[in-house]
Amino acid sequence: MAAPALVLFGFFAIIPLFGVVALSFVDWDGLGPITWAGLDNWKAAASDPVSRNALWLTVKLTFLCVLFQAPVSLLLGVFLAGRQRYRALLATLFFLPLLFSSAAVAITFTALLDPNFGAGSALDAAWLSQNWLGDPELALYVVVFVIGWCFIPFHTLIYQAGTRQIPKELYEAARMDGAGPVAQFFRITLPMLKYTIVTSTTLMTVGSLTYFDLIFVLTGGGPGNATRVLPLDMYLTGFRSYDMGKASVLALVLVVVGLAVSLGLNRITGASRMDSRSEG
Amino acid sequence: MKLGTRRRTLLAFGASAPLVAAASACGNKPGGGADGATAWGLTGGAEEAMRASFEAWNDANPDNQITAEYFANDAYKEKIRTAIGSGNAPTLVFGWAGATLAEYVANDSVVDLTEDTAALIDRVLPSVAATGTIDGKVYAVPNNQSQPVVMYYNNEVLEAAGTGQPQTWDELLAAVEALKSSGVTPIALAGQSVWPELMWISYLADRVGGADAFNRVTAGEAGAWTHPDMLRAAEMITELVDVGAFGDNFASVVADAGADHALVSTGKAGMILQGSWIYPEFRTNAPELVDSGGLGFGTFPIVEDGAGDPSNIVGNPANFWSVSAKDSEEAQQTAADYLSEAIYDDEHVDSLIAIGAVPPVVGIEDKIAAADSADFLTLNYEMVRDAANFQLSWDQAIPADQAQELLNNLSTLFLGQQTAEEFCAAMDATL
Repeated sequence: MAAPALVLFGFFAIIPLFGVVALSFVDWDGLGPITWAGLDNWKAAASDPVSRNALWLTVKLTFLCVLFQAPVSLLLGVFLAGRQRYRALLATLFFLPLLFSSAAVAITFTALLDPNFGAGSALDAAWLSQNWLGDPELALYVVVFVIGWCFIPFHTLIYQAGTRQIPKELYEAARMDGAGPVAQFFRITLPMLKYTIVTSTTLMTVGSLTYFDLIFVLTGGGPGNATRVLPLDMYLTGFRSYDMGKASVLALVLVVVGLAVSLGLNRITGASRMDSRSEG
Repeated sequence: MKLGTRRRTLLAFGASAPLVAAASACGNKPGGGADGATAWGLTGGAEEAMRASFEAWNDANPDNQITAEYFANDAYKEKIRTAIGSGNAPTLVFGWAGATLAEYVANDSVVDLTEDTAALIDRVLPSVAATGTIDGKVYAVPNNQSQPVVMYYNNEVLEAAGTGQPQTWDELLAAVEALKSSGVTPIALAGQSVWPELMWISYLADRVGGADAFNRVTAGEAGAWTHPDMLRAAEMITELVDVGAFGDNFASVVADAGADHALVSTGKAGMILQGSWIYPEFRTNAPELVDSGGLGFGTFPIVEDGAGDPSNIVGNPANFWSVSAKDSEEAQQTAADYLSEAIYDDEHVDSLIAIGAVPPVVGIEDKIAAADSADFLTLNYEMVRDAANFQLSWDQAIPADQAQELLNNLSTLFLGQQTAEEFCAAMDATL
């Protein structure tokens, strides 16, 4: 039963991965002959301040993304799990960003954030006319916000479903014991959502680690190198500088870090022993 | 600065993936039949004129057809390199000349066209033809319009500030001060796109040190970037940034959607240095300004004690056709015949001028004078015709890895994160 999936995975994931490992030990500009480089690419990537900065930025971006997205989507998800009709309407509105392509979102936000012709001048709100994407101190936070805008709906959906799975009897019992909404949230909802939190956070972390398209269109890594995260650095090195060897090294770093983080998260949170949680 | 298509990269980005997929599905022999010649061109820009030219050729030569496919800018650049590297290139290879052409020649990927295109090259303006020539041999011939970088002015804004179009560096600094006091951004600059910043340093380096300033870089001379002329040009950039010539938020301005020249046409900025390809957008966005003569244009100011020839220009001399060395003899011959007979024939020249593009061909002054917006097209033509040197955009003129370092370092220079000395030292390290 698993054979077709294994064949596809082997063909499109495992074999290219070995190709990348091989490429990381050669010099190739995509045009000329391929020459053996030994560990040169690895040394170059390790000593390149741009790539090191990219790795640091990736960690920072991942951390900020989780910090921003997790609480917001948890609260929204719990809120939208209610059965009231206005919440259903809001849910529909909140999920709209899920339908848009990243490139379209990025182009739209670039236009909205334009300091001269963007939302600030249209609404006559001076505070909106900041140097949003041009200030190296600010740009990364703007990127985190736009990524959040795109992905919070998805995680909200996960939390909404997770919350609705929690047996009503627990809340009824809690109410009889005199627990208010806040106590119910911390004593019942949050503990019962433990595995949902693990799933959602893992997706957020690994997703942020490898996030590319929106940042590429939104800032192209700029201003300067302020948003040049590792996936972007890999792309620019490979397909703008045509340094396939070094780009392959960066790709492998991403694969290893991504796998390690995702396995590590599973281990720490005990999700690998994920047991069934039936009521009572 | 890769011709008009470059500003469409963002839009093209969304469409590039299916294009690449479609193109790679064509297998070894892109497009055409068994031994027919093939060509890959770019969408946008002068695509219309290119399509018309191929159609006319195919109608007249049923036995020597050329099959053309068109790609978005970024998708094309990524595809053509591996296609050439793996021997699957089309017969006619679209390009920007510069360092990439030199690499093709070094790898024997393209053929010497000197004999086949001698008649064509005679009709091409020398400063443009020179771009496709390596070691005295022609490896690429121009196939569309010349796009020099031009200074544009909003005369109404300049007048309100009590200043005029600057002819010299000192006048430029004075105009910046005057415009600042009248409360507008002196110079519009799309800093987020970075490549418009190249235009500034390219012109300044040329005005200060002449064509030699950058020729030392392309020749790979050690210390080319820390040469006093180059250092002076970088210092002038810092000077402009420090006096606020580009305003506070230029790094947020993107060229792709034209947010830079919109500042000039809406009177929020006094001037802009940009490619000649933005002129049609001025006509579309601000017809009153253009018709009333409120939009001024001219050559880049001179630097009084500089060594540069004031006729020197930077930009894109044209796009070029090369002929792949890996294709069959018949296909190569068809391609060479097409180049010598059909490029810049009367129909091709007319179709280019009709879309407001100025082909780099000798003796077409009258045709241009009779066209729409003749004054701008004439300036464009005369700049190219009279140029002692037409410097190809720096990011095209040097190898791709150096070009990326240049864009990176230049953006930090403009942001004030690097001093002129640090910029020059960092660039020297890439040589």
